Amino acid sequence: MGMAKDNQFHVLAVDDSIIDRMLIERLLKTSSFQVTAVDSATKALKFLGLVEDVASEIHQDVDVNLIITDYCMPGMTGYDLLRKVKESKSFKDIPVVIMSSENVPSRINRCLEEGAEEFFLKPVQQSDVNKLKPHLLKSRVKEEQEQPINN
Amino acid sequence: MDRNNSRRQLAAMKQSLFDQGHLDEQFIQLEELQDDANPNFVEEIVTLYYRDSSRLISSLEQTLHFCACGRERNPLDFNKLDTIMHQFKGSSSSIGAKKVKAESTLIREYCRTGNAEGCRKSFQQMKKEYVALRKRLENYFQLVRQAGPMERACRPK
Repeated sequence: MGMAKDNQFHVLAVDDSIIDRMLIERLLKTSSFQVTAVDSATKALKFLGLVEDVASEIHQDVDVNLIITDYCMPGMTGYDLLRKVKESKSFKDIPVVIMSSENVPSRINRCLEEGAEEFFLKPVQQSDVNKLKPHLLKSRVKEEQEQPINN
Repeated sequence: MDRNNSRRQLAAMKQSLFDQGHLDEQFIQLEELQDDANPNFVEEIVTLYYRDSSRLISSLEQTLHFCACGRERNPLDFNKLDTIMHQFKGSSSSIGAKKVKAESTLIREYCRTGNAEGCRKSFQQMKKEYVALRKRLENYFQLVRQAGPMERACRPK
């Protein structure tokens, strides 16, 4: 269900705005990413299998290579999601990118300090999405280097 | 011949929408996302925008007490107004609706300063633009279909 196709990178996009979900999905697909778009941080956590702060011991079928999330969302914010991901053993190495319509330096710094790879101002552009591949390739190389230990 | 005519009209229409400040660069970004597999992406996202934002407009009208219910004298819920406007401005920005976005910024500013009259006046301006733009974009997309599949993103001068 959530398996990455071949060597395609799988991006989980989180945004409560239906317009922005449509836009980010199109942007990501143009860059040949496989996309799963959800409308809340809670749904994102559910998709990852990270419920109640505990990832199930059973290996998740979900293979997400990057999470891109809106900052301002009702309920759990993108920042909360970022923290939960970075605090989780299973998912802390997944790069997380934050999007926001507001250019607030303290907000940007807080997210970067919490471990976000990038902070994109909305509306997100193709040039922003082009910055994602390096982060993904870096993660993939890291994964491959860790393989022999897991076997 | 007809197709060439349509294309000329299309270019003129687009130029005018930009010159008059109704659309900004974001609209071009959207067009650049179209390809053979997704030839109607801009029309689809604009259609979705108008469908989705109509509920926000209703909500705004209610919150601004444009309902002749005698509640005009009661203070406005500026927080609620600002929350709705945040969403509305975001979507408008994502499709490149330049004037709508600018009016939205103004409304949010009036919310911040608690200016009810300012909010109402700006909202009326904003709605006028929102409705007018919808009509113009409907005409634009109709012409896009007439002009045929060769229309690609081209920057207005």
